[in-house]
Amino acid sequence: MTAFLIRRLGFAVITLFAVLTLVFVLVRIVPGDPAQVILGDQASREAIEALRERLGLNLPLYHQYVVFVWGALGGDWGTSMMTGRPVIQEVLNVLPWTLELTFLSLLIGVVIGVPLGVAAAVRRNRFTDYAARIGSLLGLSFPPFVSALLLLLAFSIGLHWFPVISAKSGSLSAWVESITLPAINLGLITAAYITRVTRSAMLEVLQEDYVRTARAKGVPWTVVVWRHALRNALIPVITIIGLYLGILIGNSVLTEIVFSRPGLGKLIVGALNQRDYTMLQGMMVIYTLVVVLVNLATDIAYGIADPRVKFK
Amino acid sequence: MSETLSPARAMLKSTLRAFNTNKTSWVGLVIFVIVVLAAIFAPWIAPLDPLDQNVMLRLKPPSGDNWLGTDYFGRDIYARLVYGARISLIIGLASTALAMVIGSAIGMIAGWRGGRLDTLIMQLMDILLAFPSLILGLIIVAMLGPSMTNIIVAIALTSIPPFARIARAPTIAMKEREFVDACRALGFSDTRILLGHILPNILPEILVMGSLWLANAIRTEASLAFIGLGVKPPIPTWGGMIREGFENILDSYWLVLAPGTAILVVVFALNLLGDGLRDAIDPKLKGEA
Repeated sequence: MTAFLIRRLGFAVITLFAVLTLVFVLVRIVPGDPAQVILGDQASREAIEALRERLGLNLPLYHQYVVFVWGALGGDWGTSMMTGRPVIQEVLNVLPWTLELTFLSLLIGVVIGVPLGVAAAVRRNRFTDYAARIGSLLGLSFPPFVSALLLLLAFSIGLHWFPVISAKSGSLSAWVESITLPAINLGLITAAYITRVTRSAMLEVLQEDYVRTARAKGVPWTVVVWRHALRNALIPVITIIGLYLGILIGNSVLTEIVFSRPGLGKLIVGALNQRDYTMLQGMMVIYTLVVVLVNLATDIAYGIADPRVKFK
Repeated sequence: MSETLSPARAMLKSTLRAFNTNKTSWVGLVIFVIVVLAAIFAPWIAPLDPLDQNVMLRLKPPSGDNWLGTDYFGRDIYARLVYGARISLIIGLASTALAMVIGSAIGMIAGWRGGRLDTLIMQLMDILLAFPSLILGLIIVAMLGPSMTNIIVAIALTSIPPFARIARAPTIAMKEREFVDACRALGFSDTRILLGHILPNILPEILVMGSLWLANAIRTEASLAFIGLGVKPPIPTWGGMIREGFENILDSYWLVLAPGTAILVVVFALNLLGDGLRDAIDPKLKGEA
């Protein structure tokens, strides 16, 4: 297990460095001088020079790279060009909003998706299966902002069940009101995804010899399905959920915009509109960190669910 | 494949068989072809000009003259919808084709060469795959500017890893087969073996994957346009129409409903098509997301 963990940790570190390098390169291949872009065409030469110096753009490239990576690892992601506050502070301010939405959607997705996937696999090529397959394919086809808009039109604007702008205030009921629609929106799409993965994993496992053996020795069918088969089918499901988190984070951006919910999504779009490059750079770093950590957590979960992994 | 048939006919036959295994593939194909035809023959299908503004007709609900209503500038939504299909399809097809070519090439080279190069390439692919593709696309487009080429490049870049993966595995399996040994014995170059003998064998899988990623590319393009990183207005795009319509959503629901449905229908059709075909080609993958 230790060797396995060390290897995965090594991979996480490599990933982090690779993406940091990618961010560094991306920000520097922007056509034109960033300082010029920020200050506009009217800016004086001196002002541009001063800003270049402040942003460290006058240093040699390798020096800039070291400063950038060192800063990023140490939590210094620069200062937002627009608000003048540290990027990390801006990010930490809204991070809980996004995390709470992401985890709640994941929970909804697992609670709906896993049983549905199991049911579809057990009743293969029957009505339940077809309904689950078409339904989940439809769910996967929804661009998250379109489904969010439909929910908004139906439940907020049409039925007035929920507020149009969902920013929570102190009370629990206000929190529930503000998070319900965004979480359902992302949760259903996640459920569609998990249903499909669970179904195909279960189909494979149900064909295994040990399932037949368990049945033959008289273990009740429900126990075979839920204990023997599902436990083994969960391994690929966990992996896929880990990979899916990247998509979920992207989808949460769109959901946050539609429901006017604070979060990383609103922050990144604001930074885009304001051409706040340091903020964008910082956002890339935080997304990478989140993805790398989640992948690491997935690997560990994988190791717990399947003891064989440890010895590979 | 039967040996008595010519390669082209054998291919046609197996394609038809794949389509017939899952009737839903036909449904997806028909819907998609209709959308493609509508985009090509847009001027005939939508007689009104999608750019024609008319302040007298602002935010009109659907009617006999404007089937799907008008937007804030009094432009006909039906016309914008039909013309918008062009942008979605061009960007979707171009970026998917680009990702397909680059990704397959990378995957085949990695699988063919093996060893360290393989490990390095596939780790790079895993890193790219781990990153939220919408965020990556968003940042690339934001940095380079929202031109059609940049959007295509950004979407293509984020869809390379799956193609590399799907091309790599069969290349490794096929490397050991006798016909490859025979090719080597005949002194064929690596390029010739890869392009002439291995590629045809893995092409069906790559193409099926392509239809699924085309769906994804169209959805990503719409998402980028919704965020404000689409092809510049006033050119109609579905995501852009939703973005504009969102500002008046409280009293003019049709502004977002029409383009939203359009995106959903196209993406769903492509998913039906690709999903059904994948089942037919590889029953083991059945239903995997």
